[in-house]
Amino acid sequence: MSRIRDNYKTSPAGRFEAWYKDGYDPMDDCMDIHKPAEVSEENDVADVIAGLDLGDTVYDRTTNKALRISGHIYKILSVVLCVVMIGALIWMVQYLPPFGQPDNPVNNEVSERYIGSGIQETGAVNFVTGMILDYRAFDTFGESCVLFIATICVQILLRYDEAEKDPANVRRRQKAATDRIYEPKNDIILQKVSVILVPLLFIFGIYIILNGHLSPGGGFSGGAVIGAGLILYLCSFGYAKTERFFTVRTFRIISLAALITYCLAKSYSFYTGANHLESHIPLGTPGAILSSGLILVLNICVGSVVACTMYAFYTLFRKGDF
Amino acid sequence: MKIFETFLLIGLIICALSVTFTKRMLTAIVIYMSYSLIMCVIWVILQSPDLAITEAAVGAGVTSILFFVTLKKIDGFGGDSDNEQD
Repeated sequence: MSRIRDNYKTSPAGRFEAWYKDGYDPMDDCMDIHKPAEVSEENDVADVIAGLDLGDTVYDRTTNKALRISGHIYKILSVVLCVVMIGALIWMVQYLPPFGQPDNPVNNEVSERYIGSGIQETGAVNFVTGMILDYRAFDTFGESCVLFIATICVQILLRYDEAEKDPANVRRRQKAATDRIYEPKNDIILQKVSVILVPLLFIFGIYIILNGHLSPGGGFSGGAVIGAGLILYLCSFGYAKTERFFTVRTFRIISLAALITYCLAKSYSFYTGANHLESHIPLGTPGAILSSGLILVLNICVGSVVACTMYAFYTLFRKGDF
Repeated sequence: MKIFETFLLIGLIICALSVTFTKRMLTAIVIYMSYSLIMCVIWVILQSPDLAITEAAVGAGVTSILFFVTLKKIDGFGGDSDNEQD
């Protein structure tokens, strides 16, 4: 027969239950918590400055001796750590093989296979694209997904909640809105330069993407160039003109369509245990623009995802929304 | 060509050192852009034009622009940032 506990309220289980039922704060009487003073709209700057003064006396190195000593130790330790890291890295460089020797460890059977039979197997004249989008297409799919997830994370971190009633957040939102009102600054130099440069950038980016299997470049580089062009257009002409052809809806549609196309085009080899089955898509003559099977489609997918991501990063950093 | 390569590498080291020793954030970003451009030329010399295109677009273009926007958000331009706001 178990002992009846008369001090259940003060036992750990009782405290846990009280905490669970929200009636007890385990930090009660352990810390002295002061409610922050009510900050009014007008003199919050003065309050902030007063707070800074207090911090200056606490963190002043001339009066606080312990802080001064720990600061010296911190400096010495950081310098020592830096020197040790640099020394270790330079020491390791001595053991690297010399540049461009034929018997280097990178010249193994993998690169031999890529260079020797890459054109026959993938149909791409550019070995790098053949490698990225055919032999290692799964890696590239992961990279595209990482870009998309990064955009979503930035949006979660930086967006302004419309339902937020907190005055600080409301002020931030109003600031973003005014940033948008004053947006077209009508900088004549920027506009004239971008009128010439933006079409060239778009055409160059599209060229890099479409010629990814023939010449240096590919989806990622071309998409980055197109994204830079979009950002330049936005900087010079403002959101009103950009939103006529690129809104958050466009971003969603393009990103999702590109990622799903990529996934469907390459998923068969994932379901067959990474066995490289025949796709029965004609590879065409190497060197022609319509050749090398799926690589052209995958290049376009990666390029559109990257271009959308670059533009989305800029707008999200700029005003926390599309 | 050897002299040109050495010149570029020395420029790279100067850029990397001067980024750490600049006081103003704006200057640091511009030096970072020039670092990326030098790196881009070095990629071309090392015969990897793929990387050169990506470095020019991402390193010198988009990343620096994101840095500029962040600096504007946190009022990190220093000096007359209030006049620049609107």
